[in-house]
Amino acid sequence: MYPSIICPTEGPDKKDDMQFDRAKSEGKELTKEEKQRLRKEKKQQKKNKEKKDDKASQESEKEKKPLGSAAPASQPPTQSTTQKAPSAVPAPAPVSVPASEAPVLADKPAKSKAELKAERRARQEAERASKQGKKGETGQQAATSKPKAPPNELQPVVKRLPEHIQVDNPDVLKKLAKKLERQQIPLRMDYGYKVSLFSHLHQYSRKAPLTQQVSIPSTVIHPAVVRLGLQYSQGIVTGSNARSVALLHAFKQVIRDYTTPPNEELSRDLVNKLKPYISFLNQCRPLSASMGNAIKYIKKEISNIPSQCKEEEAKSKLLNCIECYINEKIILAAKAIAKSAIEKISDGDVILIYGCSSLVNHILCEAFEKSRKFRVIVVDSRPRLEGREALRRLVQKGISCTYVLISAVSYVLPEVSKVFLGAHALLANGYVMSRVGTSQIALVAKAFNVPVLVCCETYKFCERVQTDSFVSNELDDPDDLIVTRKGKTHLKDWQEVPSLGLLNLVYDVTPPDFVDLVITDLGLGMIPCTSVPVVLRVKNVDQ
Amino acid sequence: MNEEELVEYFRDQMRKDPDMASAVAAIRTLLEFLKRDKGETLLGLRESLTSATTCLTGVDSSVAVSSGGELFLRFISLTSLEHQDLSRCKKVMEERGELFLEKISMSRAKVAKLCHTFIKDGAKILTHSYSRVVLRVLEKAAGEKKRFSVYVTESQPDAAGYVLEKVDLVIVGAEGVVESGGIINKIGTYQMALCSKAHNKPFYVVAESFKFVRLYPLNQQDVPDKFKYKADTLKTVENFSEEHPVIDYTPPSLITLLFTDLGVLTPSAVSDELIKLYL
Repeated sequence: MYPSIICPTEGPDKKDDMQFDRAKSEGKELTKEEKQRLRKEKKQQKKNKEKKDDKASQESEKEKKPLGSAAPASQPPTQSTTQKAPSAVPAPAPVSVPASEAPVLADKPAKSKAELKAERRARQEAERASKQGKKGETGQQAATSKPKAPPNELQPVVKRLPEHIQVDNPDVLKKLAKKLERQQIPLRMDYGYKVSLFSHLHQYSRKAPLTQQVSIPSTVIHPAVVRLGLQYSQGIVTGSNARSVALLHAFKQVIRDYTTPPNEELSRDLVNKLKPYISFLNQCRPLSASMGNAIKYIKKEISNIPSQCKEEEAKSKLLNCIECYINEKIILAAKAIAKSAIEKISDGDVILIYGCSSLVNHILCEAFEKSRKFRVIVVDSRPRLEGREALRRLVQKGISCTYVLISAVSYVLPEVSKVFLGAHALLANGYVMSRVGTSQIALVAKAFNVPVLVCCETYKFCERVQTDSFVSNELDDPDDLIVTRKGKTHLKDWQEVPSLGLLNLVYDVTPPDFVDLVITDLGLGMIPCTSVPVVLRVKNVDQ
Repeated sequence: MNEEELVEYFRDQMRKDPDMASAVAAIRTLLEFLKRDKGETLLGLRESLTSATTCLTGVDSSVAVSSGGELFLRFISLTSLEHQDLSRCKKVMEERGELFLEKISMSRAKVAKLCHTFIKDGAKILTHSYSRVVLRVLEKAAGEKKRFSVYVTESQPDAAGYVLEKVDLVIVGAEGVVESGGIINKIGTYQMALCSKAHNKPFYVVAESFKFVRLYPLNQQDVPDKFKYKADTLKTVENFSEEHPVIDYTPPSLITLLFTDLGVLTPSAVSDELIKLYL
């Protein structure tokens, strides 16, 4: 039998040898894959060792010496050293990592990917070793499998970042270009100089819509989707509810015109057909959170279609599902929210709203019809000036309104009794993502002790977590900020000034301390902002 | 059982055991009402129970009575009543009602058990008005051989600010716990909470879980009138703006922790519990 003493002079390599021998001694044959993996592992570690050798060879040697010296023949110290060995394994060059962190930082990103890969592989090896060991020996394996748990817990889960916030990373862009090429969708080029804080996001120009690069009639993309993409990129369809509903209607048209090709299953083929459409729409204008949830729902419904279902039946079922989704999550939800919200509107109220939210407008119109006496202050901001649309809708109903720009908000707030805000999405940590300027209004309202109420349907609750507005946002066309006043257009030639950048942000993120109440549907009515993750959890359990 | 009998039974229960919370008495009354009810349909039963609760709130307009009644109704009708026979359904509901009553009579003991560990030896405590739950907590802490001194203020808390610098922590009871995590309690509590926040002293609330109510006030004005004034005032006076309210609302930002029989909660966790109870 293999001796139970381990001399961890070179921790990882020795461990691999151990595994090799252990497996052999148990009479198991290592498969080709395992052999390859082990070989790769050794190569990787040797490479890493070489890199670190010229930087911190002395230090690593010094630190490795005490490890080696702490390996007497008795059991407990071997256990502790075996503990050290596997815990060192996840970091490929075990002890020299702290030494190597001190020098050049430029090396770190390149190394980190390799490190992470090696870590993952090492973890897999450790897990496999412990599995093999469970069937064979006890003492050693117990020692290795016990400390395996803590290092694994300490390893951060490496999550992939979505590509649309990694625009300054050329590898990601290359991958995206390849993917779009495969799906036969043109790649949209970024436009203009980007402010450095936001250089990781796309910035497109409205004058160059993607549809100019698509041949009409397009063979790859359904015309309804092309039309939708144009409507999004030109700003004809705006607002998260409107965009989601338009998306679902376009997909209904796609499903109606769809025929299953021979030898294919509808449930799989239709999902694959939808993927290029979604990429196309994403290129025209980045998808909103509500659209993302709607697409997830459709994909789930499509893949749940049983294979023996006939095509006509399947199509009508899907169309029905989409109708139900629109009805339940958007139309009926608006009614439920209006019912709860009207309780909070009392006679004599002065309500402040910002921009144009279809839900908030609906609530105010309903409240007015139920003969509540209130007046509204509409706050607006450049360059979108969406408040004018809201103003138009409210005045049509006969509600008395005041119109101010966002710069006058602190002047007008002392007379306001409540602030109603719409939301683009509610994030899993309770933050509210909404049109840029919302967070400003919430902050000033908090300073004046005015309650802030956010109205949001549950289908806009998303699993993302964000604490600031930089990480993930949308940059709109910077030329929108150019304005002509008294015949002079000052910013016309902004591209020629090298130190000038125009920034046209679309969204911002409001922390939950500024929001007093969230009114939502699904029978929940009024919840505090901090309960959004609870709702997400309950919803996931239901589904 | 008509209205008068209902009110009489309720008053009787309150008189018999003055240590009992008014909400518990209300729930006992509702259980008795259920037993004596001669209705034929479940829907009719539910309606009559709701009207009985409204009637009882007419007698004692505390928040706890209405919340307790609503929770009682919710608890007994939570099971799917698949029995065809109405009398068997009623039997199941009665059993559940008894179970509910048993649970909430244990709740004060549970709260006391959770809270007394937060009272350290030699602590100085400030409390407000008369709360039986706080009393239970202090008794238990004293039973654990801890030495502490208590300052009590009346609803004329002139001395709250003065005394707060000597005090280590503040414990109050609650008449109702609202969805935001704030509490409704005897008037003067809000002031005390503000002062303790300014002095950075922890502000603890002890409340049983049947006091959780589905209200969400945004500010003092937003608390419904039916809770703000005593039941007799509600019946006699027309113009409420001239009346002195008996309760006030303390927002969750001023509360450190809530001790309930569901555990020790932060104000934001109250909404989670309510969602679990009602969803």
